Amino acid sequence: MSSYTLEGRTGTWEVVCGLEVHAQVVSKSKLFSGASATYGGAPNAHVSFVDAGFPGMLPVINQECVAQAVRTGLGLKAQINLFSRFDRKNYFYADLPNGYQISQFAHPVVGTGIVEIELQDGTIKHIGITRLHLEQDAGKSMHDQHPAKSVIDLNRAGVALMEIVSEPDIRSPEEAGAYLRKIRQIVRYLGTCDGNMEEGSMRADVNVSVRKAGEEFRTRCEIKNVNSVRFVMHAVEAEALRQIEVWESGGEVKQETRLYDPSKGETRSMRSKEDAHDYRYFPEPDLLPLILEQEFVDALAADLPELPDEKRRRFCDQYGIPFYDAGVLVADQTTADFYETVAKGRDGKLAANWISGDFFAALNRTGTNIETSPVSAEALGQLLDLITDKTINGRIAKDVFEEMVETSALPAAIVEAKGLRQVTDTGAIDDAVTKVLAENADKVAEYKSGKDKLFGFFVGQVMKAMAGKGNPALVNEAVKKQLG
Amino acid sequence: MSIFDLTIAGAAKALAAKDISSVELVTAYNGAVEALNPRLNAYITVTAELALAQARAADARIAAGEATPLTGIPLAMKDLFCTEGVRTTAASKILEPFIPQYESTVSGKLKAAGAVMLGKANLDEFAMGSSNITSGYGPVENPWKRAGSDAKLVPGGSSGGSAAAVAARIALGATGTDTGGSIRQPAAFTGLAGIKPTYGRCSRYGIIAFASSLDQAGPMARNVEDCALLLQAMAGFDEKDSTSAEREVPDFSAAVQRGVKGLRIGIPAEYRMDGTNPEIVALWEKGIEWLKAEGAEIIDISLPHTKYGLAVYYIVAPAEASSNLARYDGVRFGARVDGVDLIDMYERTRAAGFGPEVKRRIMIGTYVLSHGYYDAYYLKAQKVRNLILRDFTDAFAKVDAILTPTAPSAAFGLGEKMDDPVTMYLNDVFTVPASLAGVPAMSVPAGLSAEGLPLGLQVIGRHFDEETVFAVSAAIERAAGFTALPEVRAK
Repeated sequence: MSSYTLEGRTGTWEVVCGLEVHAQVVSKSKLFSGASATYGGAPNAHVSFVDAGFPGMLPVINQECVAQAVRTGLGLKAQINLFSRFDRKNYFYADLPNGYQISQFAHPVVGTGIVEIELQDGTIKHIGITRLHLEQDAGKSMHDQHPAKSVIDLNRAGVALMEIVSEPDIRSPEEAGAYLRKIRQIVRYLGTCDGNMEEGSMRADVNVSVRKAGEEFRTRCEIKNVNSVRFVMHAVEAEALRQIEVWESGGEVKQETRLYDPSKGETRSMRSKEDAHDYRYFPEPDLLPLILEQEFVDALAADLPELPDEKRRRFCDQYGIPFYDAGVLVADQTTADFYETVAKGRDGKLAANWISGDFFAALNRTGTNIETSPVSAEALGQLLDLITDKTINGRIAKDVFEEMVETSALPAAIVEAKGLRQVTDTGAIDDAVTKVLAENADKVAEYKSGKDKLFGFFVGQVMKAMAGKGNPALVNEAVKKQLG
Repeated sequence: MSIFDLTIAGAAKALAAKDISSVELVTAYNGAVEALNPRLNAYITVTAELALAQARAADARIAAGEATPLTGIPLAMKDLFCTEGVRTTAASKILEPFIPQYESTVSGKLKAAGAVMLGKANLDEFAMGSSNITSGYGPVENPWKRAGSDAKLVPGGSSGGSAAAVAARIALGATGTDTGGSIRQPAAFTGLAGIKPTYGRCSRYGIIAFASSLDQAGPMARNVEDCALLLQAMAGFDEKDSTSAEREVPDFSAAVQRGVKGLRIGIPAEYRMDGTNPEIVALWEKGIEWLKAEGAEIIDISLPHTKYGLAVYYIVAPAEASSNLARYDGVRFGARVDGVDLIDMYERTRAAGFGPEVKRRIMIGTYVLSHGYYDAYYLKAQKVRNLILRDFTDAFAKVDAILTPTAPSAAFGLGEKMDDPVTMYLNDVFTVPASLAGVPAMSVPAGLSAEGLPLGLQVIGRHFDEETVFAVSAAIERAAGFTALPEVRAK
């Protein structure tokens, strides 16, 4: 088990970290209004009177957002709370129209769960989930659009967010990154959040503290709104190093909210605990408690797609591929589906090798992805069929594949058009071997005097003479026989 | 007989019989508004032209045989209901320029029934008050006078404009809202019937919120029957209000005729408070005798947590209000006072826009929700609120309705009880418990004080049993034979 520590002047420090991931729920309309929850649109185009906090307007819960939160909870192997409740979190800001955010404070819809992460060295670690709750997003303030005024876009105001809170189980930047990637993978599989951190539909608040081995937790700082996996990893390290420096210079880390500055690679103070808002949480009187029927939860559970961890194990069992390879193939749902289409009824290992080798290389080279790939899963499957039934050999298959990438033609057509069928006629192979050995009498003599490595040379020459089409096994056999 | 002597039920009959037209009725009322409103200040905004247009449409509808009992009936709309295209202020300066682009569900239902809106009635600012003196648009004068005195009296509050308008006959009926007594207390002060239905009976959508867990719309009218007609149109489930109840609306008019024979009426010992005006106690005794005479069984009951009602109310209501009123920040609608930065703009806008009572309640509410005080105040209050609800649940296992006085006194003078807000809060002592429990409660005029001012009795019923409340109230109304009229009125 890898253990990450930082060396300070006074000794070795351990990093303690927990993440609060804010994931925007995929839904047609907002959490408490019928306005569109679609990303983009002209400023203030997706705003109802409810979202804008007009007098007399009331929130009405969007059932689909609740279902998405429950699906996510199920995906996190978490307890689903049949009773939950919304609270008001009160604070003033120009892009918070009501002067309060409707959130779940005391009674979240999802309770404790577990997420499995995998580290570089293959270690598997469990990170505890404390809770998941539903809340509304705020709008956006922009201060650079007018010399004297701030402008507000309320398109995002009221869009449903899931806040997924982890236990302080994370011990390194690598684990923080792996955890965030895993959460993103799970919500993408479930279709509950698109996971696009660039568009802000997923962001993380990172809680960091440091301690010496065996100590209780020390004071933590919260780094707000970090918006990429890489930045989260940097922020954990930068903040840990800062705190070690504070402790080691005889100071004391103060509980505060900080911001991560990616350009400088450092965190800086945003507000101290003394300046922290008193949010004056209290139960939202405009909404009844959220009571879920067990049947509702069961129906969602029954319809849940296969999750990456299960799929990975199944790929190993069903297709006999290594755990690592399976991990690559289940990274996202489309890759996994592509693999299954290719592997179904075929040699799973062969399919895995082709996809993670030549196929991924071709996507990289051509700047395409699985959806836009010039080679479909069906076509790749047909290519594997031609290899398996010995119509072509592996060497020729690579040429055929390149042709498929170029032209999107089907493999059988390419093989026919270019006459690439494998030669299995032993007479023709024997003739070619005889000819090659005759032309290289000196090498044959060397071979016979003990230079075994030349065997490969003879095979290569025979294949070359046959324009690559010789069946490799038969060629091997013929060369061996004639060399005696 | 003057056209102003017609009740809603009477006017509906006259309209149906084509004895009068809605245009005639509304023209008369528009004239009365024009004559008396400058003095009474019952309306913040008068919509005479709109009323006339609605009257014409009502006449066409009556002619087409598609009338409801409210078609063509001129009403005052408390200025807490958002009305599309018509300025809605909540009697606050902070909403002075606010014209909603949407209609509250209750006002929309009345509109759909063909009712005519004469104007937006004055109220205590954001419905916070018991005398209508906190309005940003000036106080309302009660059309009633003490015998031999010309001193101006308050109409009660917060629905004081609605009460004064109906009592002075510059509206045939009115909408009110009741958070802790805001329909019942002004009804009692002006000799009207008014019902706060069960919490959830009427949609709160489009009603400017004061305290969300308590606010409830209801009607105010000259008698119980008119209240039944109005509530019939106002009530009903609304998917736009998650706290509105998905229940059938019963026939309230039929309930008015039921009688009280065999009903068990509870008399709560805790409402006999020390220092209560003996006139009020005597009236209550009379009410008991009337119901007994009508065949009801009188049962002494206990509502042991009554004494905590006011304290709980003045924690819960300001807490919710402090949050509900955060949206009045000058950013998106209403009044704004510019400042050097965002915080400065908030402070200037809210300092200028809110009156002293609203500010007081925002501060109380902010305090009781604050870190370190929440458990001692808000949470404790919620627990006691549950005990008060249990008081009623236990009582309603033994009785069908409860009879109490509505208010501890008759209408008081403008300028009295102003030095100490707590004295003013005591007005709600009899009305607040039913609000906290969410049960329906009605005030019905039952007699006059020695000074010649109206006094009301309160009938409280089970959740969603407005029918029994109407039946008992109507019995008291019949027995009381209350026919007195205020001095200031359209004739």
